[in-house]
Amino acid sequence: MCSGRVDLAFILRAFSNGTDGVCVIGCWPGECNYATGGNYHALNMVHLCKRLLEHIGINPERLMIDWCNASEGIRFADLMNNFSKKIKELGPLGKSEGIEKDKLSSRLEEVIKLVPYIKLVKKDKLSLHLDNVEEYKDLYTKEEIEQLLSEVVSYYIDPEKCQACGICRKRCPVEAISGEKNQIHVIDQDKCIRCGTCYESCPPRFAAVRKIIAEPVPSPIPEEERTIVRKGKISDSIGR
Amino acid sequence: MVEVDRHPNVKILTYTEVESVQGESGDFRVTLTKKPRYIIEDKCTGCTTCTEYCPVLVPDPYNQRLSMSKATHIYFTMAVPLISYIDEECLYLKEKKCRICEAVCEQKAIDFSQKPERIELKVGAIVLSPGLEVFDPSLRGDYGYGRFKNVVTSLDFERILCATGPYGGQIRRPSDGKHPKKIAWIQCVGSRQVTPGGNSYCSVVCCTYTQKQVILAKEHDEDIEATIFHNDIRSYGKDFERFYQKAGVLPGVRFIRSYVSVGREVPETKNVTIRYTTAEGVKEEEFEMVVLSVGLNPPADAKDIAERFGIELNSHGYCKTNPFSPIETTRPGIFVTGAFQGPTDIPESVFTASGASSLCGELLKRRRGKLTIEKEYPPERDISEEEPRVGVFVCYCGANIASVVNVPAVVEYASSLPNVVHAQEQLFSCTTNSAQEIIDTIKEKGLNRVVIAACSPRTLEVLFQDTVRQAGLNQYLLEMTNIREHCSWVHSREKEEATEKAKDLVRMAVARAVSLEPLREFELPVNKAALVVGGGIAGMTCAISIANQGHEVHLVEREKELGGMARRLFYTIEGLDVQAYLRDLIQKVHQHPLIHVYTGATIVEATGYVGNFVTKVNSERGVSEIKHGATVVAIGAEEYKPTEYLYGENDKVLTLLELEEQIAKGEEGVINSQSLVMIQCVGCRNEDRNYCSRVCCSQAIKNALKLKEMNPEMDIYILFRDMRTYGFREDYYREASDRGVIFIRYEPEDKPQIEALEEGGRHLLRVTVTETTLGQKLAIDADIVALAAAVISSQDAERISQLFKVPLNQDGFFKEAHVKLRPVEFDTEGVFLCGAAHYPKHIQEVINQAYGAAGRVLSLLSHDTVIASGAVAEVDEKKCIGCGACALVCAYGAIELRETRQGKKAVVNPVICKGDGLCNALCPVAAISLKHFTNEEISKQIDVAFATM
Repeated sequence: MCSGRVDLAFILRAFSNGTDGVCVIGCWPGECNYATGGNYHALNMVHLCKRLLEHIGINPERLMIDWCNASEGIRFADLMNNFSKKIKELGPLGKSEGIEKDKLSSRLEEVIKLVPYIKLVKKDKLSLHLDNVEEYKDLYTKEEIEQLLSEVVSYYIDPEKCQACGICRKRCPVEAISGEKNQIHVIDQDKCIRCGTCYESCPPRFAAVRKIIAEPVPSPIPEEERTIVRKGKISDSIGR
Repeated sequence: MVEVDRHPNVKILTYTEVESVQGESGDFRVTLTKKPRYIIEDKCTGCTTCTEYCPVLVPDPYNQRLSMSKATHIYFTMAVPLISYIDEECLYLKEKKCRICEAVCEQKAIDFSQKPERIELKVGAIVLSPGLEVFDPSLRGDYGYGRFKNVVTSLDFERILCATGPYGGQIRRPSDGKHPKKIAWIQCVGSRQVTPGGNSYCSVVCCTYTQKQVILAKEHDEDIEATIFHNDIRSYGKDFERFYQKAGVLPGVRFIRSYVSVGREVPETKNVTIRYTTAEGVKEEEFEMVVLSVGLNPPADAKDIAERFGIELNSHGYCKTNPFSPIETTRPGIFVTGAFQGPTDIPESVFTASGASSLCGELLKRRRGKLTIEKEYPPERDISEEEPRVGVFVCYCGANIASVVNVPAVVEYASSLPNVVHAQEQLFSCTTNSAQEIIDTIKEKGLNRVVIAACSPRTLEVLFQDTVRQAGLNQYLLEMTNIREHCSWVHSREKEEATEKAKDLVRMAVARAVSLEPLREFELPVNKAALVVGGGIAGMTCAISIANQGHEVHLVEREKELGGMARRLFYTIEGLDVQAYLRDLIQKVHQHPLIHVYTGATIVEATGYVGNFVTKVNSERGVSEIKHGATVVAIGAEEYKPTEYLYGENDKVLTLLELEEQIAKGEEGVINSQSLVMIQCVGCRNEDRNYCSRVCCSQAIKNALKLKEMNPEMDIYILFRDMRTYGFREDYYREASDRGVIFIRYEPEDKPQIEALEEGGRHLLRVTVTETTLGQKLAIDADIVALAAAVISSQDAERISQLFKVPLNQDGFFKEAHVKLRPVEFDTEGVFLCGAAHYPKHIQEVINQAYGAAGRVLSLLSHDTVIASGAVAEVDEKKCIGCGACALVCAYGAIELRETRQGKKAVVNPVICKGDGLCNALCPVAAISLKHFTNEEISKQIDVAFATM
């Protein structure tokens, strides 16, 4: 396992658990243990995470990344001592931020739910490997994160259009779509990770899945109204 | 050491000496004497109770006698076997008194009746690795050593720096235990001397180990001022130059080029004064501590060794070898590795160690596998239906953990954790009897997860995996947590907090252990052939050694003929004929029935993985598809084409290789010239190539000596920055100087200048250089100027690196898996490395490394199958949305996207996957999962990281 294995969700989870500071220590840039440069990915992810923390009001200084090789025990101790000192100065999570811990926790929960979405949208950027470590600092801008989180995409199945073909339900990676034969399908917005697989897999002739950006999602159609009433022959409706 | 200890086919006999060796290569009879340690090895658990009670204090030999130990003790904390021995200072052994240890040893392991034991062994081959001694400055009292308390040797200082050293890892000086702030290092103590008692050769390692000590000392205490008094700085090894620079730029570090003499000890302070010369004259300065960078000596009993083994020594008292067969002693069947070949650094020692194994393999190939023992394991228990039952074993590690962490409290706490059904302490979990205890407990209590809270998993995880396997559990059901390096060692002054931290670590380990799953490893067949890329000395030597052990070898060479760079070398510094050797080697390759040579070859495609590579080669034989189990990269290096010093403009300016060619051809214009200048470090040790090319200083001297032999009247000047004739090559440097070769040192900021002139009908090259000692400009009129052009990486390096997915370093040389410990292999399994492709080196070193690579190749090819780890990525196809993020970051190319009826899906080739887990971190839907490090396993650890949550 490499420092590049550290998941965005792990860090947010630690903070959400009430941890006051998190640090990620990897091999020195250019000294990859795996010859894959995974430490650059860790750096990339940490900078994204810092922006996310900043966005929800957490001091990004509470997250640190640094480098240390196995023979640098003293350096490691120094890094840890300095970091603990800094975190002690900042106090418990929320204190230096002036925000209640519970409030932060719920904000964190919201971001954690968005991790799959963030990873998907930022896929190309997250897999960038820049040679210069310094360049990562400005890889993600404040504005970019604001936009990312304010324009979150949702998916909604238009009850008028859904023909209950079941493709979206089968393709959904998180089983967030419910529906049966002849039943209008419905996305559980709580489970949905906004990957868009349903949107892409819905046959174009139905085009039942709607992409909604930064707007509230209509509430799901009540269960008793989900049976599809077919007008005329079935072949008609499909054959159009 | 632990790995050697637990290897089923290695038997260790410690405290044992070889008395005599009879017979011949392939059939030796060896007589050994096992000295009494007065401890019954099978009974001793290494608990150190005997040490605790032993009343006899003796200076601790392991800590350079700077601290005290007892007459009965374990030699050092990581000793193998980790058991006591009784020193001859023992009261009972001396005066028949005491015997306290006998009374306190619960294991009844003390046995004063032990007598020396004779053992007869029959062996086919013998490898000598007796190592070295450090030079002892007390014999001559060099620089006040022995008289002045604060003058220590570098080995003393090494122990002082160490956490297990005499001062617990604090830098203190012997006279008063104070933390010295002003420390001087004196280089070349006992080395590069022709005075009686000194060694004429260069000890090879001291320049760099001093830099290491300076860096470590500064890390311990940044206020330390370090002054290094040196002659040439010999940073000739891979990345040494950068290391030197790293030390040089630290604040408060001075490198001063000067011979020194130690003045006096200041009576009040016990400080020591040193006199040295600067441009302004002689200076005297006071230091709080002085470290003597002592050189290396042959083993103290080298003469004895030579006699008993029937081998010869060289004039320096090291093992006598031929530079073209450096691992062989003068007696067939007896091989030599490590520093007994001559002063050497760790990577070279590893080359020769692995190389000796290859030579033994050649010698004993008919008997390969006849005596080997395969480890057998009981059938694996199916735990899929069981609830987690975790057993926790907390190790005392003698006093290493227990003196800081309250181990019983940790055990009690562990018992209270969910799913833990058993928790106990162990004195040393790594000993054989502790392992048995773990096995028995797993069976008795039906454990299905095991947590060991002890030291770093880096060294012992494999051992404990083996232990749980022996109890019928899958080895991936083991979790280790490090309460030594990560806890007791770093928190020795905060015992209570350390105990709490140990509890935290155990809690996290248990949380993860509960989610651990049994994993399957993959057994892959191994194709028995090898591909060697590069037909120089490295590639050919390696190919022959592999083929001599019965394996087919495909040897691929870019040029139309074999030989590589050696085709341009004619004699070695020792005077051996390179071309004759090369002809012989090429002939052996061509005549070998198992070696297939492809000349004029280009590799067009390389696929596959360890044991199962497929490489397409376009050569004079046409297009061939080669299937092979191992790959050796031996593509060599090239000579830099200088753009400086009129090279290419004036035909009297040559590179050293060109000079050698002309000398060999007997070119009269060269041999009869009146004056010749060599300029060193052309194209390296600069910004573009920040490394030393290692061979050029010796090459220059070699050619200078050759010219002096042919034309004693010739004036030869060598303009250098540091003469890096490390090892025995120093003798030739001295000889050149004695024979009138003039050495002039220049500074890199003030390089020599050259202009072409015509004076009185003579075409000459005027070289102007500032002589650093006098600070004066000298003008030398030369007929020939020879440039020590850098050795640069092969033009094919980049391509080969991409084809075989092996990395290059920033200088374009191939980057080995570990600079010291795995210098002939890559992280990419099944791909090995030797020769100048790794770094510039002398022929002897190339041969050492080529055999080393062959040894590693054989340890792969001698098996029918190879095991691939179970901790690899796996895709849950149902979840995969085919976004391709995983494939984007996989540098091994282990992930491929396949079109299915459900859309694109990622597929992992588990054999290529190395388990870094980058894919897992980027997968938005958690469809790809790194087994053994799953989201669930790690999340559970995070969730319990803080007890209060």
